[in-house]
Amino acid sequence: MILNGLFEKEFKAINIGLVSFKEALHDAEYKCIQVDWSPPAGGDTDVLAALNALSGL
Amino acid sequence: MMAVKGIIKTGEYYDSVSLMLVARALTEMEGVEDATVVMGTAENKQILAASDMLLDMFKDATDTDLLIVGKAGDKAKVDEVIVKAEELLIESKQKKSVSGEHMPKSIEGALDQDPDSTVLIISVAGRYAGDVAMEGLKKGLHVMLFSDNISIEKEKELKEYGRDKGLLVMGPDCGTAIINGAPLCFANVVKRGNIGIVAASGTGLQEVSCIIGNQGAGISQAIGTGGRDVKSDIGGIMFIEGIKALEADETTDVIVLVSKPPAPDVLQKVANVVKDLKKPVVAILIGGDPEVMNAAGATVAKDLEQAGLIAVALSRGESSEGVPASLEARKEEIIKQAAEEAAKMKEGQKYLRGLFSGGTLCDETQLMFKEDIGPVYSPAPIDPAFKLDDIWKSKENTVVDLGEDEFTVGRPHPMIDFLLRKKRIVEEGKDPETAVILLDVVLGYGSNMEPGQELGPAIKEAKEIAAAAGRHLSVVASITGTYKDPQNREKVQKELEEAGAIVMPTNAAASLLTVEIIKILGGK
Repeated sequence: MILNGLFEKEFKAINIGLVSFKEALHDAEYKCIQVDWSPPAGGDTDVLAALNALSGL
Repeated sequence: MMAVKGIIKTGEYYDSVSLMLVARALTEMEGVEDATVVMGTAENKQILAASDMLLDMFKDATDTDLLIVGKAGDKAKVDEVIVKAEELLIESKQKKSVSGEHMPKSIEGALDQDPDSTVLIISVAGRYAGDVAMEGLKKGLHVMLFSDNISIEKEKELKEYGRDKGLLVMGPDCGTAIINGAPLCFANVVKRGNIGIVAASGTGLQEVSCIIGNQGAGISQAIGTGGRDVKSDIGGIMFIEGIKALEADETTDVIVLVSKPPAPDVLQKVANVVKDLKKPVVAILIGGDPEVMNAAGATVAKDLEQAGLIAVALSRGESSEGVPASLEARKEEIIKQAAEEAAKMKEGQKYLRGLFSGGTLCDETQLMFKEDIGPVYSPAPIDPAFKLDDIWKSKENTVVDLGEDEFTVGRPHPMIDFLLRKKRIVEEGKDPETAVILLDVVLGYGSNMEPGQELGPAIKEAKEIAAAAGRHLSVVASITGTYKDPQNREKVQKELEEAGAIVMPTNAAASLLTVEIIKILGGK
């Protein structure tokens, strides 16, 4: 199966960031869930690196 | 005395485009000197300091603090700015969530809501985007990374992981893609069909897919990879995965490859894959050596338009041999049109000023000039000897891509915000040496909704300034867009023509007209 069947499955997106990208997909009648994202750990990059190390990312 | 006031809203996060739109609305208020709404990142604080708006209270702010600052003639006015800013921010939050729609806080939450989601689109700041992408891949999602400023090491890690798991990683800095008909980020509305595209160039993908769409043909899949994919560090990982996927895809009959010049080792790798394909391949590798792809059995096009037209012919089971001949016939018409334009010019008018929003279109024009006339000045020239000393000031034949990082600091991309381009059009109109102003107008989702109304007055003004000095200024524009795009190609064309622009169907045609005009005027 190519690309885990991406081309055969219904297109459904998750959008993190610019809301206009979700709106464009909705306008074109595709499904898209907007994530209400904010920078992790208050944007502190040192804490972020430590969290990533802990979560194995 | 000027009054300045600022407030901090802790823990409120907004994306940069929403904030720019709010700031723009505030600066347009009557009596307001300046206003900014930004997240408190180190870069933003530097920008505030440069415009004398870094208040003491902002100095310890962090990435998750929202900073609002206004500058106006009196205290009542700045208070008004702050109130208005808060109103606009609430509006923008409400826009994010359509009536009662639940917004999860994480990818995990989104997958709980719909476990069948397939693609994760990411456009957050580069320093977070890489980790968000890896999180998505680990959850089995294909990734579209619109964000840039991601390290090459991270890009490689993501792409190797994606390849091993059978997942696409489009980007970083991937502006557009079409998957199963869905337009992602800056994409045009093109019907579904049997032509598949793999592109390491955002506007290249848009231009080719629009040409295909406007010929009545359609796209099966258009996979973007981000420009760095075809450099040696990444080695074409996703470009090659994309080709393999299209070869295996039953709905794709013709494969089009679009890229700026790949690194020679990557080009060879791609050619090795192409030579074993059963489906016909059309390649447009702008500025790349055509021989390697020719030897691999691909049909090599000389520009984006030719690539699109050849693909359309092949997709209909026709021979592509007629395409160069029909373009040659059109060239004769264009040469006549160039002679008519050049005849109206005043002595001393001899140079091109190309003001682009699409990087690949800018490269395509540079290349056509180089072949026919000679190199042109640019902030990113093909010939390093032609690097523009001052990016804000043109010299002889000049082309600039206003989407380059040096032009976009602190402002939206020129496909969204036309302010810089409008100013520059008027500036170029004042220069007695300017013969032609060449513009690309890119339509589609994500782009400015009224490009004709935005550019029209600036085009008119530039032409009037030139006319007042006894000059005829040619403004040549191309439109990258389809008749189904939300902006309506026909309407945009009409508005540009009413402003006095000559509108050509593609960037290749617009560049050819410009080349022929400049040739007659001797501007080299």
